[in-house]
Amino acid sequence: MSQQREAILVTEDSQAITGLRARLSLWNHVQFFFRKKPLGAVGAVMALFVVVVAIFAPAIQTRDVNLTDHTKLYATPSGEMFLGGDHLGRDMFSRLVAGSRISIRVGLISALVGCTFGLIVGVSSAYYGGIYDLILQRIIDSVIAFPGLVLALALMAALGSSINNVIIALSISFMPTTVRLIRSQALAVKEMDYVLAANAVGASSARIIFRHMIPNVFAIWIVTFTFLMGTAIIAEASLSFLGLGVGPDVPSWGGMLRGATKNYVGIGPWLPVVPGMAIFAVVFSWNILGDSLRDVLDPRLRGTQ
Amino acid sequence: MLKRTLLFIPTMLLVATMVFAILRLVPGDPAISLLSGGPQTETEFTEEDLQRLRAKLGTDRPIYIQYATWVWGVIQLDFGTSFFYDQPVWDDIKKRFPITFELAILALLMAGMVAIPLGVISAIKQDSLPDYVGRIITIGGIAVPNFWIGILLVYMLANLFDWLPPLGYKDVWDKPLDNLQQLVFPAFALAITHMAFLARVTRSAALEVSREDYIRTARSKGLSEKVVLGRHLLKNALLPVVTVAGFEVGRLMGGTVLIETIFNVPGIGQLLVKGIQHRDFPMVQGIVIIITFLVLILNLIVDLAYAWLNPRIRYS
Repeated sequence: MSQQREAILVTEDSQAITGLRARLSLWNHVQFFFRKKPLGAVGAVMALFVVVVAIFAPAIQTRDVNLTDHTKLYATPSGEMFLGGDHLGRDMFSRLVAGSRISIRVGLISALVGCTFGLIVGVSSAYYGGIYDLILQRIIDSVIAFPGLVLALALMAALGSSINNVIIALSISFMPTTVRLIRSQALAVKEMDYVLAANAVGASSARIIFRHMIPNVFAIWIVTFTFLMGTAIIAEASLSFLGLGVGPDVPSWGGMLRGATKNYVGIGPWLPVVPGMAIFAVVFSWNILGDSLRDVLDPRLRGTQ
Repeated sequence: MLKRTLLFIPTMLLVATMVFAILRLVPGDPAISLLSGGPQTETEFTEEDLQRLRAKLGTDRPIYIQYATWVWGVIQLDFGTSFFYDQPVWDDIKKRFPITFELAILALLMAGMVAIPLGVISAIKQDSLPDYVGRIITIGGIAVPNFWIGILLVYMLANLFDWLPPLGYKDVWDKPLDNLQQLVFPAFALAITHMAFLARVTRSAALEVSREDYIRTARSKGLSEKVVLGRHLLKNALLPVVTVAGFEVGRLMGGTVLIETIFNVPGIGQLLVKGIQHRDFPMVQGIVIIITFLVLILNLIVDLAYAWLNPRIRYS
């Protein structure tokens, strides 16, 4: 009787401890990351700040983003217009704040889709191998031959400008690289003893893929995601700068730079500087975050990069 | 190696198929968009005009015939006739391709000249002040959109020196100095990102090599630091750098699209952007095929050169 009670107590106890440890360890991980990688922590905070700005953009912007005002053409920054006016007299500050929404939305969705496609296809290609892997790799070979921006441009030519089409075009152009990256890692994981052991005890393919392979390539997924965030934001700005991106009425940072090149002489330096600084700061923060995450998550690369 | 070379043909064919498919599988009739003159200006046209234009463009034939004709043409360097300019696409590409290629090579040279010393210094002085400065420059350089550097350059040159992107382009064989003067700024803007990337590759390659036994052997037998660095470290560390540089030419060709637009350089990048705006499918297809072909050829050369330089791969 007392023995039974003791057993129950022990189980309860150990459950409590595991629960506590799991919660503590996540917090510990964050603390460890911030202490070990201060630069990466700065990146994380900056990246988070821009996401918060993007979420609350409608509350932060002071004027209608598409309100043209011919008395404010190339206006200098003032209390009314913090960052001045553009070539149509629209408020640069409000457009900059609204532009963060476009960048973050395009970045998050296309990086998420690109990486997740890479995870599913890369892991299954490595696990099943054979003819499926062979054919897939040949297709990847030919898609990877398109320089990134050229493929995105060709897709935009076919799809036409809109924010969703930018997301589609970028997701597709990310896929071959993410499949390659994740497949190579998954091939290494497949040769591990724990996969062999799982096979030996008769685990199903689904179990091996979901319980063993995916968790062990997930570090690569996270690192790739943070880098693609930056790549996607630059790519969206590039497409919008060429006038082949999100469309002329949508306030995007690339579109603002396009406006700044309507005239080079006689405009204030803030017109070309401000949107570019915004792109640079966001991409920089995601990149240093990714860099530090890679150092922490992938021990093999520690100290080399 | 022979297998690697032979794989080139199916890959190229797959690329051609994909380029064709991307532009054909989308709804929308290029004949209609040509006749109506774009979405802004809705011009009136008759059904007869439409049929005649479709017959002229060849878009009235079944898709597989169009595909076969096009692929057969591409093999013979006939990329069809531009929908918009009404001239053979190949004529335009032939004229403009060398300009873009020159721009890309110039940018690569500029990038390499800065990146390799920067990467090596960063590696041999690991975790010191020069290394940190170098790493911050390279991480920053990768995050900078290179077209923004281009815009800032033009802005500065326009306001400080009254210099604006030239309207006419001077040929490199005609007036080499004027040509260099025209291309040096766009090449610089294009080079920044690639410089940063190459410097990172150089640094990690040099770090890896500096831990090899033969470097310790070279030092312990009393060779001067100059000889160790020049003959042993650099020679071995440059192998991956050259490989990456070869692959980078493709990305550089993609990047020229933006830079050419900003600096008004009449290369194929500018032609591609105009082709997309006009929905000029043969032009877009032709340019994408040419760029991809160049990338695949360069990858093949890099692979072969790598195997030739590295006996461990050659004999396996």
